[in-house]
Amino acid sequence: MMILSGDPPRSRLLAVLLIVIVAMLVLTPWLFPGAKAMNVAVKICIFAVLVASYDLLLGYTGTVSFAHTMFYGIGSYAVAIALYAMGPSWAAIGTGIVVGLPMAMLLALAIGLFSLRVAAIFFAMITLAVASAFQVLASQMSWLTGGEDGRTFRLPELLRPGTVLIDKSAFGFEINGRTLTYYLVFVVSALLILALLRVVNSPFGRVLQAIRENPFRAEALGYRTVFHLTYANCIAATVAACAGVLNALWLRYVGPDTSLAFSIMLDILLMVVIGGMGTIYGAIIGAGIFIIAQNYLQTLMGAASSAAADAGLPLLPGLLHPDRWLLWLGLLFIASVYFFPTGVVGRLRRPKAGAA
Amino acid sequence: MRSGLSPQAGRGEEREFATQAHEGPMPLSLETRDLTIRFGGHVAVDHVSCAFRPGELTAIVGPNGAGKTTYFNLISGQLRPSEGSILLDGADITGLSAPLRTRAGLGRAFQLTNLFPNLSVEENVRLAVQAESRVHYDMLRPWMTRRDLIERADAILDQVALGSRRGVAATALSHGDQRKLEVALMMALQPKVFMFDEPTAGMSIDEVPVVLNLIAQLKQDTSKIILLVEHKMDVVRSLADRIIVLHNGKLVADGKPAEVIASPIVQEAYLGVPAGKTAA
Repeated sequence: MMILSGDPPRSRLLAVLLIVIVAMLVLTPWLFPGAKAMNVAVKICIFAVLVASYDLLLGYTGTVSFAHTMFYGIGSYAVAIALYAMGPSWAAIGTGIVVGLPMAMLLALAIGLFSLRVAAIFFAMITLAVASAFQVLASQMSWLTGGEDGRTFRLPELLRPGTVLIDKSAFGFEINGRTLTYYLVFVVSALLILALLRVVNSPFGRVLQAIRENPFRAEALGYRTVFHLTYANCIAATVAACAGVLNALWLRYVGPDTSLAFSIMLDILLMVVIGGMGTIYGAIIGAGIFIIAQNYLQTLMGAASSAAADAGLPLLPGLLHPDRWLLWLGLLFIASVYFFPTGVVGRLRRPKAGAA
Repeated sequence: MRSGLSPQAGRGEEREFATQAHEGPMPLSLETRDLTIRFGGHVAVDHVSCAFRPGELTAIVGPNGAGKTTYFNLISGQLRPSEGSILLDGADITGLSAPLRTRAGLGRAFQLTNLFPNLSVEENVRLAVQAESRVHYDMLRPWMTRRDLIERADAILDQVALGSRRGVAATALSHGDQRKLEVALMMALQPKVFMFDEPTAGMSIDEVPVVLNLIAQLKQDTSKIILLVEHKMDVVRSLADRIIVLHNGKLVADGKPAEVIASPIVQEAYLGVPAGKTAA
């Protein structure tokens, strides 16, 4: 219980869902050894962390930030540039982390102290401006970042796919550097999410909720809310940078599209809303649903479309044509926000209130 | 308006009390000097100078719009004065923000209920207890492990007769219970100065005594200053040791309840009692 910081899922269905998602993530390398399944599973892990850290801001303090992808990008670029420049060594990874995480934190501190003491909309605008500037900077400083092409780099020996750790003959499956990297990402993600769960359920986390509920009263109780918000902003940024490091390690590539694009910010927003704000668990559910839908809806629709065509049904094959998958993804989101305004977790935790 | 005509009643008495206060070993003191705030051309609080003494419950009365709540907001730091200063224990606290004034010992219960609506009753009080214990940035332990904070919050809830509702969201409480919770938050802060802003407003008849008894209990600790903004004259009469009257932002009367209530200007203008009848 203490590993969850005294904040269990509080819904049997939610607990089952979480166990299924985590179990699937653990077993992915055995069950679905293909590259696509592994990529999807890693993306779920990384985005669960990224969305959970965003939830700390949006769900717990009520602060809207548009700079979350920037912090994610700082983590990615830091480790990527270090590996590119210093060669594939553990020291390079260490350097990337030692440079990247404090850099994200200090930038968050500066933005926070500068703009969190005024109206919330001002903070949102500042983060948008800084994030846009950073994106331009990253593509312009091509001597450092590789510009629009990004940087491809190699990992230390141990984490390379070619490194076979345990031969197929031993257990019937091969454990190689890629599998090891997968579990590295998984374990670090799990630890980061548990750490965030601890933060939101600490006395500090309760103050964040109090600020979200009534900042005026929180001040009247003696809390200096600017500092609490700034701390939360720094923690969220640092965790986002950690997610960025994991992302770079997995992809062995960094570029504006994979770590700085504004579309990632939109994905984060969608995931946090679908999963349920202010719950942390919502991040895992939101990332799971969203990324699986994003990656498999098209395949699923292709199958459904040809099945409908085979059955000779009118209209359906056209509607379900794989090319229309984005339309259906959009409809899925509208439906989920409409039917679960408090997100999947919010809905599961209060089934009776929803039914009444 | 009438304020121009009114004498600064009780001024001499105030000085007398002030000298008395200095005899004890460092008694608590709160004072406003020429406290003024202007909103555009409107002067909401106009050069109010007043010293408050420990062991004395001062009621602040006056018609709607007289500046009572604004005066409170100036003291507790929600508003910054255009002029004048506030002294707590002789130290000028005019430049301190609201949270720092709370830490300095000013406790405030608000007129319009001002809670954390979606948090439970217990969590509301726990946040106040936590603030009082200066547990601000502890982010490594689950709050559940802070049994000390939880127990203190529960004790306060029992004191205000909300113990049975501790798990309910604050927004689901009845209006009267919300007012009690408001008072509980202030009590949890263990302030030196208690500032009640119409604590019984909108309460049903049977709920009023609970809050009044709480205030009466607080009064027994004579080291505290209690300020009370109140409209109901029976409440003021039964609790107050001193009444100050604000009108159009100006301090127009100050003295013992009987004197102030009996003074013709208060009788006529603020209490709505015809000048002939004397209330005692």
